[in-house]
Amino acid sequence: MGNLFKIAVRNLFRYKRRTLLTVSLIAMGVIFVLGYISISGSFKNMIIAQITGSMIGDLQVHRKGYVASIENLPLNMNLKPQAVKKLEGILNQLPEIEAYSPRVKFGGMFSTFVETTNIRLNGVYPEKEFKTVPLLASRITEGQKALNKGEILLPELLARGMKAKIGDMIVIVATNQDGSVNGKQFKVGGILESATGPGGRDGYVHIEDAMEVLRMGEMEISEVAVRIKHFGKVEAFTQKLDGLLSGEVNKQGKPAFEVHSWQQLSPFYNIARMIDMMTIFIQLMLISVVLISIMNVMIMAVYERIREIGTIAAIGTLPTKILSMFIMEGLCLGVIGTVIGNVIGAAIIFILNISGWVTFDFSRQKGLVLSPTIDPVNMLVISAIVIFVSVIASLQPALKASRMEPIKALRHV
Amino acid sequence: MGLIVAENISKNYQVVATKVTKDYGTTENVVRALRDVSFEIEPASFVSFVGPSGSGKTTLLNLIGCLDKPTDGKLTVVGTDVLKLDRHESAQFRGDNLGFIFQDFNLIPVLTVYENIEYPLIIVKNTPAGERRKRVMTVLEAVGMADQKDKYPDQISGGQKQRVAVARALVSDPKLVLADEPTANLDSKTAYTIIDLMKKMRNERKTTFIFSTHDQKIVGEAEIIYSLADGELVDKQVKGGKQNG
Repeated sequence: MGNLFKIAVRNLFRYKRRTLLTVSLIAMGVIFVLGYISISGSFKNMIIAQITGSMIGDLQVHRKGYVASIENLPLNMNLKPQAVKKLEGILNQLPEIEAYSPRVKFGGMFSTFVETTNIRLNGVYPEKEFKTVPLLASRITEGQKALNKGEILLPELLARGMKAKIGDMIVIVATNQDGSVNGKQFKVGGILESATGPGGRDGYVHIEDAMEVLRMGEMEISEVAVRIKHFGKVEAFTQKLDGLLSGEVNKQGKPAFEVHSWQQLSPFYNIARMIDMMTIFIQLMLISVVLISIMNVMIMAVYERIREIGTIAAIGTLPTKILSMFIMEGLCLGVIGTVIGNVIGAAIIFILNISGWVTFDFSRQKGLVLSPTIDPVNMLVISAIVIFVSVIASLQPALKASRMEPIKALRHV
Repeated sequence: MGLIVAENISKNYQVVATKVTKDYGTTENVVRALRDVSFEIEPASFVSFVGPSGSGKTTLLNLIGCLDKPTDGKLTVVGTDVLKLDRHESAQFRGDNLGFIFQDFNLIPVLTVYENIEYPLIIVKNTPAGERRKRVMTVLEAVGMADQKDKYPDQISGGQKQRVAVARALVSDPKLVLADEPTANLDSKTAYTIIDLMKKMRNERKTTFIFSTHDQKIVGEAEIIYSLADGELVDKQVKGGKQNG
């Protein structure tokens, strides 16, 4: 094997320029794919982290049927105290859960005494909410990064449109379950940066204030947002929780709860899927580049060395050895190109990371700094694909070489 | 993989050809390159096939070298009926029993002199490293190329290349060395040197040498000379006497 490798490398150095061009092509392909995967992957992960970490959580639990009518924020679809108690009992026993936050969601009127407009609000326990969606605090652009009773966190656009500032008193008016209307004064405690996605333009109040506005006699919950310890296991955990809650039925004998992961709640999931799809196409392009360039080089190598093939066959080299020799050449091209591509690609990703050059705007969020990262598993997979394709690309020319009749090859001019 | 061994009678000879015929082309347009050629070659012989271009010398050497198969007749090389060998067995047989010297030297350009000679031991015979080095150095010294061992083929002269080719042919200790016009691309002085070298190797190693040539000066160096004309064996000369074929 070592000798076959030596001969393969020597043969590659025989045509230095051609080898250099082919290796460069493969290396550039690898660099572009790594660059694309790292940037698009980091973008995707950053946005997912924003969505799950500042608004919706990793998954949510609702009363069965709530999500279908979520745009109306129906109060009559809230979880009753008994159901909430059951749910919390189950959630408290699951070690995978980092934190969870019960929310009361409702729509109301927001008045500055001068102007009035609509607003969607989340009544939350601030401590639980900040643990469940830790990036929420980073969205508070003005005011304290906290939520106290009697205060409201207003979404930026609404605050600006209504000319509401920190410390201003405003009124929230909402219709409660029995149809009566109630109002409560709040102090503007903070301004929230708007974010794309469900809940991205909602305001926040303390859950006890929400109960007061809605004149709830006892605590009813619209949803429970859950954050798990290992985000990568969100789908598996969603299924597990769904399985655990499927046994809980209401008085009609139907399931009492429904569980949705962030993928089912956020439209960004479709963009994430599109990014994944584009990554596959980029990888297919890389495969084509490697396949065509190596096949081209190897076909040329076989045609240029027909007499040499005849000589080695005449002196007793078995066809399988000739096959191995040419495959080894293609393999070496692939390996060298992959190694160079990985080294340069990793260096570029590192430079992009420390320089902070890659910034972008996502909806209302401006100047997000991307930190491109690449999973070593991804690098290994790409390298394995390139090396495998190199062998496949060499196979046809190598078979041709191994099947040559020595006498015809020796006569070749 | 077992090779097919011919009858005992063949074992006394390195090569036995019986009415060997070789045709080329299609059934409608047949070119008969060899016609009913019969001969025997004993071990450690120094044999030459001579004749003008197109007389069938190269075809005959290709048949003996298992690079091609006769259309008709019987051919036994080193006790093996070569007609019965398949492609893989032929390659193995060549590697085990035969050495080749080519008119154009056919050295592998990316390997040094040493590596070219070592090649059959590594790729064909899988000889252990220590044994390999010993054998390569022995033949390198025998052909007078030990001081050039690290050079590449494009750094040595034609005569030196052919010396390397002789060394490569001999390094695996074959029973038979076939040389097709080994001196055609060399000047007379170098050609004689190469023939002398081949003879010396034959004497030292008792290897049978069969070469083809149309160079009359070189022909005289052979001990047995078979003459070919239009694909037929027309004459056999044994040094010191003449015998019609």
